[in-house]
Amino acid sequence: MNPAQQSNTQPDFMERKNSRLASFLAWIDARFPLTKMWKEQWGDYYAPKNFNFWYYFGSLAIFVLALQIITGIFLTMNYKPSADQAFASVEYIMRDVDWGWLIRYLHSTGASAFFIVVYLHMFRGMMYGSYKNPRELIWIFGMLIYLCLMAEAFFGYLLPWGNMSYWGAQVITSLFGAIPYVGNALLEWIRGDYYISDVTLNRFFALHVVALPLALIFLVVAHLLALHEVGSNNPDGVEIKKLKNAAGHPVDGIPSHPYYTVKDLMGVAFFLIIFCAVVFFAPTLGGYFLEHANFDPANRLVTPEEIAPVWYFTPYYAILRAVPNKLLGVALMGIAVLVFAFLPWLDRGKVKSIRYRGWTFKISLFAFVISFICLGYLGMHKPTPQTIVAAQIFTTIYFLFFLAMPFYTPNEKTKPVPERVTYHDH
Amino acid sequence: MITEKKLLRATLAFAAIGVGSLALAAGEAHLEKANNDVANITSLQRGARNFVNYCYGCHSAQYVRFNRVEADLGLNDDQITKNLMFTGERPTDKMQNAMAAADAQRWFGRDPPDLSLIARSRGTDYIYTFLKSFYLDPLRPTGMNNTVLPSVAMPNVLWELQGLQRKVEEGKADSEGEVDRHFTGFELATKGKLSPEEYDGFVRDTVNFLDYIGEPMQLERRSIGMGVMVFLLVFFGLTYFLKKEYWKEVK
Repeated sequence: MNPAQQSNTQPDFMERKNSRLASFLAWIDARFPLTKMWKEQWGDYYAPKNFNFWYYFGSLAIFVLALQIITGIFLTMNYKPSADQAFASVEYIMRDVDWGWLIRYLHSTGASAFFIVVYLHMFRGMMYGSYKNPRELIWIFGMLIYLCLMAEAFFGYLLPWGNMSYWGAQVITSLFGAIPYVGNALLEWIRGDYYISDVTLNRFFALHVVALPLALIFLVVAHLLALHEVGSNNPDGVEIKKLKNAAGHPVDGIPSHPYYTVKDLMGVAFFLIIFCAVVFFAPTLGGYFLEHANFDPANRLVTPEEIAPVWYFTPYYAILRAVPNKLLGVALMGIAVLVFAFLPWLDRGKVKSIRYRGWTFKISLFAFVISFICLGYLGMHKPTPQTIVAAQIFTTIYFLFFLAMPFYTPNEKTKPVPERVTYHDH
Repeated sequence: MITEKKLLRATLAFAAIGVGSLALAAGEAHLEKANNDVANITSLQRGARNFVNYCYGCHSAQYVRFNRVEADLGLNDDQITKNLMFTGERPTDKMQNAMAAADAQRWFGRDPPDLSLIARSRGTDYIYTFLKSFYLDPLRPTGMNNTVLPSVAMPNVLWELQGLQRKVEEGKADSEGEVDRHFTGFELATKGKLSPEEYDGFVRDTVNFLDYIGEPMQLERRSIGMGVMVFLLVFFGLTYFLKKEYWKEVK
């Protein structure tokens, strides 16, 4: 074929191909709202143009969720949920299954990555007031996702049947025993036995691979539907829907596709560089992502030197240990997780974004984040009398941030919020 | 004026100070560095020999297949049959040692732990220091004790090579006659077949083999990782310019 011919036939061919695709799409759309859903949820969804670094973590969380589900499916193909075989089957995956080690490290690193991404995503919401009216339900769905994620991680952590898996599950389930009257019965009901056993492993497996992933996916859909209904917040906390152009689109909004498609793709690529550096060069991350004691098989007669949960639970574990009374400790730990859900009503500030809020909120958020990180550190290590006192101080700050909020936020000295978002094109 | 960036930087700095000062309060037991290198194939081959000759009599490595060791250490069927397999195993078998659990209980009071993952659960420095820290202790049934794992059930199976060590302690009586002794090192009571330097090398090779069997794919993991990093850097570059191109229009 000579070039002249090619240039004549090419557009015709493309046109015909396009029209065939278009008619196929029309066939689908007459029967299923595919194009409509795409446009509503992403293609014609106008998002503020001033999203900064902190706005990558939502799409990254979805990416990690997909990664966990896909790697999880492949892990279940060779994993045996039985007390006799679980530990050996994980080693079988690591040694004898083709690429099994990669799938396992992607999944184990993915668990920690999920929490890093979600914690940063939550911090973003707190900084820019994303939980405030009219986004309370988005925040509540988000908190339910966080709760499910914690349960998912806890159940999954038992599955390798290492000694830390075993004793971690033993300690955490025993917390339910602190509940008066029904505690012991509840404990047996949860474990299905008098201690963590094969029965417990089987039910945790069922919850980890079926129940909680389903709940997570459902909640993520609800979180996104609510978000795309209300519209995204942004670093200025300005409602972009207030100012619309002739076409009826927000003047400070841009369609998610292609702008945030390409931007989030860049975010995923950057995330993968860091994520894969861990997977390929430090999969245990010095014992923080995969704990050393978990390379010993579960042993009911030998406790690890120090029982500590994986890093993402340690702030709450430190709160639990800071309280001398077990029941009170368990209660405070539970409240510490749930209290986030009340932020939309605890925060009485009139301004959303930290950029225009008063110093009281800034200082409080600052103190809270430091407490959270320090509690996380304290929860990883054996308590001493001094560190217990430190944990008590940080626990107090943690709760003061939330409980004193109705008092320090209503009259804060705010800065004027601009009419439009601040955006500097590069 | 407090901007969000300043606040964030201050938060990170304070958190680092907080965690840092909390970390200072905790101390770590002193372990010697193993300085082993899993890329050193000849060291791994010596380590495999040491392992089957001195450890494998009591300890299994139940997740490790002989033919995996063969492939990874550049050996052949003949070599592993002559040098590593003494109890009629086949190359596809896993390293299940022949000692019965009941015998182990009777002789040592416990099952010797499986060593497949010992380097991952304890660390190479721990094993290296452990194998160098046996000393004479007449109070123990084996006549031996260990400073890294006090009251250890295992006797020093390497004593012929290392010789016998005595623990050296220093300490003076305080006003109430209590002696606060602290451990300062070992001295050789009886010389072994190997010099101390040769013995260190022997232990290092053995630890190296244990490190390798803990994660046999670790070299492959790192080399694939290099390729993945190169790919991702290029991929990130492409997505960066793609984003830049599209966002030119956003004013």
